[in-house]
Amino acid sequence: MYDVAIIGAGVIGSAVARELSKYNVNACVIEREEDVCCGTSKANSAIIHAGFDAKPGTLKAKLNVRGNEMMDQLSKDLDIPFKRNGSLVVRTKDQDPAGLVELLEKAKANGVPRVRILNREELIAMEPNLSDDVVEALHAPTGAIVCPFHMTIAFAENAYENGVEFFLNTKVENIEKIQDGYKISTNKQVIEAKVVVNAAGVYSDVFNNMVSSRKLQVIARKGEYMLLDKAAGCHVNQTIFQLPSKMGKGVLVSPTVHGNLIVGPTACDIDDKEGTNTTQKYLDSIGPAAALSVKNVPLRQVITSFAGLRAHEVDGDFVIGEAEGAEGFFNAAGVESPGLSSAPAIGELLAGQIAEKLSLSKKDNFKATRKGILNPEKLTMEERNALIKEQPAYGNIICRCEMISEGEILDAIHRPLGARSLDGVKRRTRAGMGRCQSGFCSPRTMEILAREVPMAMSDISKSGGKSTYIVGTNKNI
Amino acid sequence: MKTYDLVIVGGGPAGLAAAVSARDNGIESILIIERDRELGGILNQCIHNGFGLHTFKEELTGPEYAARFAAQVYERGIEYKLNTMVMDITDDKVVTAMNRTDGLFEIQAKAIILAMGCRERSRGALNIPGYRPAGIYSAGTAQRLVNMEGFMPGKRVVILGSGDIGLIMARRMTFEGAKVLVVAELMPYSGGLKRNIVQCLDDFDIPLKLSHTVVDIEGKERVEAVVIAEVGPDRRPIPGTEIRYECDTLLLSCGLLPENELSRSAGVTLSPITSGPVVNDSLETNIDGVFACGNVLHVHDLVDYVSQEAAAAGKNAAKYILSGKNSEAKEVQIFPEGGVRYTVPATVRPTEMDDTLTVRFRVADVYKNRAIVTYFDNVEISRRKRPVMAPGEMEQVILTKAKLAEFPDLERITITLEEA
Repeated sequence: MYDVAIIGAGVIGSAVARELSKYNVNACVIEREEDVCCGTSKANSAIIHAGFDAKPGTLKAKLNVRGNEMMDQLSKDLDIPFKRNGSLVVRTKDQDPAGLVELLEKAKANGVPRVRILNREELIAMEPNLSDDVVEALHAPTGAIVCPFHMTIAFAENAYENGVEFFLNTKVENIEKIQDGYKISTNKQVIEAKVVVNAAGVYSDVFNNMVSSRKLQVIARKGEYMLLDKAAGCHVNQTIFQLPSKMGKGVLVSPTVHGNLIVGPTACDIDDKEGTNTTQKYLDSIGPAAALSVKNVPLRQVITSFAGLRAHEVDGDFVIGEAEGAEGFFNAAGVESPGLSSAPAIGELLAGQIAEKLSLSKKDNFKATRKGILNPEKLTMEERNALIKEQPAYGNIICRCEMISEGEILDAIHRPLGARSLDGVKRRTRAGMGRCQSGFCSPRTMEILAREVPMAMSDISKSGGKSTYIVGTNKNI
Repeated sequence: MKTYDLVIVGGGPAGLAAAVSARDNGIESILIIERDRELGGILNQCIHNGFGLHTFKEELTGPEYAARFAAQVYERGIEYKLNTMVMDITDDKVVTAMNRTDGLFEIQAKAIILAMGCRERSRGALNIPGYRPAGIYSAGTAQRLVNMEGFMPGKRVVILGSGDIGLIMARRMTFEGAKVLVVAELMPYSGGLKRNIVQCLDDFDIPLKLSHTVVDIEGKERVEAVVIAEVGPDRRPIPGTEIRYECDTLLLSCGLLPENELSRSAGVTLSPITSGPVVNDSLETNIDGVFACGNVLHVHDLVDYVSQEAAAAGKNAAKYILSGKNSEAKEVQIFPEGGVRYTVPATVRPTEMDDTLTVRFRVADVYKNRAIVTYFDNVEISRRKRPVMAPGEMEQVILTKAKLAEFPDLERITITLEEA
């Protein structure tokens, strides 16, 4: 029997796993997909919010501000691409000035540092592409951008290195209370654990409702995004939000930590918890919505569009902690925005509660740091040449758009919880994430995976399951 | 830092022809840098025939055509590096490249020829809604898998876009045992060559639906169905016209984009129409000694024209290296009008140009019974009747130095289409 079984290897499950691995604990993570970071964690705005948005006193407000605070150290320890580029919430001339003042007050109540309102002149000096209708904006310098893939993968890898087991391709089908804990039935084995952590994203209500007397309802709120070429990455420097209005929260325009420009999300509640498809209607709405805050967004330079599902609990706040009527069952449910920003704090909070529950002691050999996949751009020419001399694969460019070498791909495959699919390689290295969207490199990456794992070409998939690329050989299908 | 007189970025048909021509015009020190495993570029995966009718007066396959030029490179002992990626080019012509054996290295060139080719427009760039499963390939990726590696990417195929690679792949996938259900084309005309529509679709009873596009992709893991719909004159889908095809594969052949990221980093001015460098009569960019040819300059229909253009670039680069450049020379701009989308080159220097100059361009729509007319200022210089012109096929006008010499005060050249 495990001490702790965490359901879901998204950013929340992985953050909890990493925090728990600081203790002497026998823990596992159960994930239905073939890799970590396959649900909401891979399809969001990639923002570490400053924390001005949530209603003061809510878990969203507290955990967002704490999570944001933790990121400086975490990004160093775990080698996560992270940049405090600052956030602006702009008000256009038709909007009520009271809205921005209210936001400023919330920011102060939530303890967001150094927020202030800037006038148009100050703004244009910082962001010349703001829309002509923008009159003022709330500036939050602690707003930041992050790579959500690397953040999740870093938590998971570090947890793994500190002894947490991962069951991938394992789908939880039922949870039952047993004498000393819970019995978790999956499509593979049965797993028993004293404590269960429910970090199942849009499915967190389903698992909670199997055991808790307080029934939750988590709605999948779809957000569609467009990602633009790096040539457009400098269109804005900070993350540009719109003042929430009756029309909703509006779309943001932001550089990504890798230098692209991201525009979105839309918002639409859907019934299908698997509905990650984009739609013509909402994709078409992104451009006009973005134009309210930023002018001339070069949407023609779109390289991909995608949709993510926010896990919106109908009561509006995160549901964190031991579930009612279900001792030892800890929820991290309804974690929608600012979920990514709050993840480190949710991990800290839940791990603390669980440690207390199980009287866990701190490990004295916890390994707090983890090295990410090398970013050769950070090396000097001499350092890079020394590396290539030692490992020639680092001299062999596979993804020509993002300039990713075979060396980085080999590392992605062979490191802990290594990549087994093209998406797995992509999220770890960015190979295939550039402007040609893997047109050139996918056959090469497939060859490398086939050779290194090793596996048959016909088994190589985009993201596990039935997502294989090859249906046979010529004249033989 | 190593030095070469001429560095050619790309060892496809353009790079090879440019290298041969530069050597034949007196340049000894040449280096071709190729990112793939062999010379020849994308031609190596184009195993169908139909190449070289103009150049060699016979029908060759892509690899055969490439091999002829590669042989000329070998015969002349021109240096080349394979599996080598050019990482950066500066405006003072320092080329940074990398491979497994040499590591990261820099080369100072006197002249550079850009011959990087093009890439295919991806699903993301087309902004097609729907799921993002496996089974969506650009036609060229599928072509590489099938023709070079022997792997079939699907059994039941829908193709979006009627570019030449898509048409060729409709036939190839059929040959190899797949069922191609339909080719949908957004425009009211095909983007490919007429002969490819006849030989690759009509001969196999594959329907071509013009003015149609993909409006949805179904299947969370692997493509399960593709929905296409008719589009109106505004190219927007018309509700109610949707047709759903159960299939496991969507191939995209929706246009090629010159790969000019390196050019941009060097400060080369690009044309918003072609997405390629803006060049003068010697195919030189705004940066002295940096030339461009082939599909990185503008997307061609026939490789024969690539070879011709590249030979000119090689010759001009040789001239630049050996005798420098008359930067005082007068430059006259060519104005594309009346359905002529662009011209390559964009400017002409009457005193510097060769005796004849081929100006290539594409038209904006399908035109019947028009004439291609050239004006020097307001004087009509040439008029050539064309029964049919289409955006999928390149057109050309030949300018002569002798004729230009008759107009010492020439301010503008206009190439336009008029009623025949």
